[in-house]
Amino acid sequence: MSVMVDIRSVHKSFGSLEVLKGIDLEVRTGQVTVVLGPSGSGKSTLLRTINHLEKVDHGAISVDGTLIGYRRSGDKLHELPEREVLKQRTRIGFVFQNFNLFPHLTVLDNVIEAPVSALRRPRKEAVETARRLLDRVGLADKTDAYPRQLSGGQQQRVAIARALALEPKLLLFDEPTSALDPELVGEVLDVLRDLAHQGTTMIVVTHEIGFAREVADTVVFMDGGRIVEQGTPADVLDNPQHDRTRAFLSKVL
Amino acid sequence: MSSDTLAKIPAAPEMPERADSLRIVPQRRFGQWGAAVVVLVLLGLVVNSVLRNRAFQWDVVADYFTSDSVLRGLWLTLWLTAVVMVLGFALGTLLAAFRLSANPVLRAVSWGYVWLFRSIPILVQLLLWFNIGALYPELFGVRTVNLLGPVEVAIVGLTLHEAAYAAEVVRGGILSVDRGQIEAAQALGLSRWRRRRRIVLPQAMRSIVPPAGNMLIGTLKGTSIVSVIAVNDLLFSAQLIYHRTYQVIPLLMVATLWYTVVTSVLGIGQYYVEKHYARGSERAR
Repeated sequence: MSVMVDIRSVHKSFGSLEVLKGIDLEVRTGQVTVVLGPSGSGKSTLLRTINHLEKVDHGAISVDGTLIGYRRSGDKLHELPEREVLKQRTRIGFVFQNFNLFPHLTVLDNVIEAPVSALRRPRKEAVETARRLLDRVGLADKTDAYPRQLSGGQQQRVAIARALALEPKLLLFDEPTSALDPELVGEVLDVLRDLAHQGTTMIVVTHEIGFAREVADTVVFMDGGRIVEQGTPADVLDNPQHDRTRAFLSKVL
Repeated sequence: MSSDTLAKIPAAPEMPERADSLRIVPQRRFGQWGAAVVVLVLLGLVVNSVLRNRAFQWDVVADYFTSDSVLRGLWLTLWLTAVVMVLGFALGTLLAAFRLSANPVLRAVSWGYVWLFRSIPILVQLLLWFNIGALYPELFGVRTVNLLGPVEVAIVGLTLHEAAYAAEVVRGGILSVDRGQIEAAQALGLSRWRRRRRIVLPQAMRSIVPPAGNMLIGTLKGTSIVSVIAVNDLLFSAQLIYHRTYQVIPLLMVATLWYTVVTSVLGIGQYYVEKHYARGSERAR
């Protein structure tokens, strides 16, 4: 199995606060990686470095064999112009905790925006793809609604369809269910589960331990800007080796 | 507490046996009625005195309301307002972009511009531009007085003034857009231009339109200040007539009525523009 995401000795500070203190992580193609950890552990920041929404201070990240955000010459990494970074991002889908749908555009326009303007797809083709994706997340009847007319769960499903519209090689989820009312969490997790079964490579930052146990190939536990341990759900969730993992799990389970 | 102790607590003495037979009488607001009557009477007195005061000379107002020179003045006021708004907001948007840019030099220049042009009263500025020939007798090899006539001075002065305020309005609008919107657009690979044009600006417009409408009306009336440098606007046209006929009040009424009419039309326009940019803002039905 090939490596989709390769993260090597990534460091990141905000001012004097070091949030990532040397992260090494490999994600294989077609696998689901769930990242757990207390808030402030750096898991969201790590996810955001993978599509260069955060620049790293040190280290390197590659996705599908391409260095993200930089060009290497010798022992130097030169920052890429924004144009190039934007092109790289179209291969990586990102789903936000707060959905971040565009409120002034209809559901359909939200989904076709990137394919039409970033990938230069013909509008007609983009609309067909969008309808198919919205049908897949169970929202075929909401194409003309505006985001604020939808429930949180529906909005997040639109956001997933919007990310899928770019046909990404990798999907990143930043606490996709944390902003949802409890009864709406299930419908979003159903979509994630469906994507996982179809062999989508995904990295999911979440607090849903049940989802991790059921769907993840690898569970990564982060604390204090470091990966404390990683392994199969059975290893990390049922037989944790570190005190910090045990302490965290005892609070959330 | 068990349910039978609860039952023994007596209800309030006024509590009826059957509450569904009671009628609710709203509180009487005598003060409100009294205040309304007083205000209406006062208003009636004012309207009566205006209509019966012959010095208003409403017949003269009617004569001049659509006279050629007044309409020419009105036309100048309208296009001057339009030109100043368009140029002022174009420059203001540029200044707002400078102010929000990552480049500290551009930020400082924008800040300095807004500081300077908000500090100088527009009347002082117009007089300065009007006399710029004293500083620079020639511009681009042309005599300054020939290059900058009263109308050009009015456009330059009002635009520079307008831009300082427009810059703050546009900047406020852009800052009102949630940071997550820009991140989402970046994550989707939208170009910088597309993000601004398609994502940020339409959402910023919701905060920009109300103060911009205010500025448009302010500018319309503010153009009357150019009468001091003899630009033939609505007010100056009225003044030219009353300097000749001494019918000061009726001609000021002509100008007053026209300003009111145009302001009302602009207010209606603003309503529809706001409605357009409110797309998608209504909550779930």
